[in-house]
Amino acid sequence: MIYEASTFAVVLFLVFVALVLGLSFYFARKTKSASGYFAAGGSIHWAVNGIAFAGDYLSAASFLGICGMIAYSGYDGFLYSIGYLAGWIVALFLVAEPLKRLGKYTFTDALDAKFNSKGIQFTAAFSTLIVSIFYLIPQMVGAGDLVTPLLGLPHWVGVVIVGAIVITIVATAGMTSTTYVQFIKGGLLIVFSTILAVYIFNNGLSLKPEHEGQKYHDFIVLNDSNMQGYMAANDTTIKGHTFVKMQKEGVDRWFESTDKGYIEVLSKTIKADGTELYNGEPKEKAKFFPVGHMNKIIVDGKEVDATGAIGPFKFLSTIGNSELVRFLKQKFKDNGDDVTLWRQDITKGSDMLIPGLQFPDIKDDSMIGKINFISLMLALFLGTASLPHILIRYYTVSSQKAARKSTIVAIAAIGFFYVLTLFMGLGAAVNGVLDVESSNMSGPLLAKAFGIGLFSIISAIAFATVLGTVSGLIVASSGAIAHDFIDKFLGKNLTDKAKVRAGKFAAFGVGIIAILLGILFKGMNVSFLVGWAFAVAASANLPAILMVLFWKKTTAKGVSWSIIVGIVSALGIIMTGPTIGEQFFGIARENAIQPIDAPAIISFTLALLTLVVVSLMSQKDNANKIDVN
Amino acid sequence: MSHGPAAKLGVDNASGKKAKLGVWLFILYTTVYAIFVAIGVLNYETMGKIVLGQQNLAVVFGFGLIVLAIIMGLIYNWICTGYENKLNKEE
Repeated sequence: MIYEASTFAVVLFLVFVALVLGLSFYFARKTKSASGYFAAGGSIHWAVNGIAFAGDYLSAASFLGICGMIAYSGYDGFLYSIGYLAGWIVALFLVAEPLKRLGKYTFTDALDAKFNSKGIQFTAAFSTLIVSIFYLIPQMVGAGDLVTPLLGLPHWVGVVIVGAIVITIVATAGMTSTTYVQFIKGGLLIVFSTILAVYIFNNGLSLKPEHEGQKYHDFIVLNDSNMQGYMAANDTTIKGHTFVKMQKEGVDRWFESTDKGYIEVLSKTIKADGTELYNGEPKEKAKFFPVGHMNKIIVDGKEVDATGAIGPFKFLSTIGNSELVRFLKQKFKDNGDDVTLWRQDITKGSDMLIPGLQFPDIKDDSMIGKINFISLMLALFLGTASLPHILIRYYTVSSQKAARKSTIVAIAAIGFFYVLTLFMGLGAAVNGVLDVESSNMSGPLLAKAFGIGLFSIISAIAFATVLGTVSGLIVASSGAIAHDFIDKFLGKNLTDKAKVRAGKFAAFGVGIIAILLGILFKGMNVSFLVGWAFAVAASANLPAILMVLFWKKTTAKGVSWSIIVGIVSALGIIMTGPTIGEQFFGIARENAIQPIDAPAIISFTLALLTLVVVSLMSQKDNANKIDVN
Repeated sequence: MSHGPAAKLGVDNASGKKAKLGVWLFILYTTVYAIFVAIGVLNYETMGKIVLGQQNLAVVFGFGLIVLAIIMGLIYNWICTGYENKLNKEE
């Protein structure tokens, strides 16, 4: 897509960054102890912590990834919202209070509280690092995606900017500044998403989604009696669709041959010499355009051109009764050129509001497709209460009661936001704002249709979303390295001051790794990656957390082996699955080493069984167990 | 080695009862969530049936799961606070 930076957006972005950094330096003066650095001294109010939870949790995957997935695939994207929110039930009912009672700075503390085991200290710290890094990749990729339209800068510059700011935030004041950044950002995200939803309802649905200063493209339809000067050059048929390359005034354009004539499609061509052409012309000619519109609008049984202002439930039922046009991607080779086309696909609104467009396998009898679906929903449900950057937030409040109350505030705030994602995603789908090259930008680009001011604010908040989440992940990682690994596992017995210093160095190191990974993984789907992070977290951490809390026969060896089996099996399944094979090695999905993409159903079960079997085999170790109840 | 929380915690005599309540509520919510996933996998077309106020089952069930989580959270907090007030009086 071709973007131009807006001065207002740049100024607002700079003000936001200055505010965040100012806050960090202010709290840095107050943060001297390890308790202050890693757990904000346990002094955060439960209501602030609850919204900060929402800030931590509503990451790039939620705002950018889910809205984008709903815009392109409808209800399947909303399944992520439901699963992510349901996961908080595990956190509230099973984990929040006991974890608060057992731990100090990190979730390793809680796992290890009864055992004082080197094995747990090492494996839990390692698991924290692995899960955090998996979660960091999509955040950094999302940061790069955001900076391009906001500031007109390349992807890698966005990643470096986020990395540098986050390292500064974390290395100055640790958890206190991270908490307040999350609180402000979480609050703003919910308020402005609500405003965006109001704009969507006020705007209603229209066959021609034109907005102030943003005219919608008139799609060309040719037929044999009126070719408008185009001459057919050659054609290609893929999966039952025939695409015809037409030439006019020296420019090649692609059309789909249908029974209604030749219908214009969007195209990106990479020539053999590396030249990139958008709709047949160089990027700077700006011939590429945003898309997504209604094909037919039915209100109370009658076909209309526009609905006018509309309520939230009428918005959903009208979409359900109508038709919209999605743009589906198709790739092929044409005379040595790499051609990517986005063809128009008329989709029934009712199909957008049930599962199946993103996960088509659940519609047929494929057992593997059904297993993948169940496994994904399981990972989303079990992953939340296993994410290190979420778990450490239980140590920033003063009591178990405060931990419980902050979780409920988080559930209410996050739940409300996730309801809005369905409206924002569908709003983006039909308002002519979609960038076919990046689904992640659907939410911010929808805001752009309603005004550059709203776009700038939403983008700055989305950027802060990434900043906040990355900060939390880096605090969690630095705690794992400085507190769990250096201080406890290596037995260095660091002074309070030395532990904070080690934490800051660790934050710097992890920040650099995050920058490199963010650049390396450019172009990957943000929500999809986060689904994997949840699967790894659920498999590696949750069996250990639950069994330590609820099964008296759990042993240190059982916990350590469960974490190892959870990590290895989850990563093993992901790495040998069809998506990695297709994206990195060009292997067709049907030729993948094994057909499962979502590992949790297998890896979580294996980790749980391992914990039970190893614990039963090592019961004599429990003679030295510490009574902490 | 210093374990234990960053902030000093008082004794909580209600923790056993709260944990038991948490497990029961967890089982209840998990059952509803499992039914939702099962319908999606076994009979996704059922999700398209209009069930309430012109909305289909997918929308009603999806929003319902979110609202149910909030309501159950509030009930849990209310009961837990009752346990704490009753059992932690002397603390």
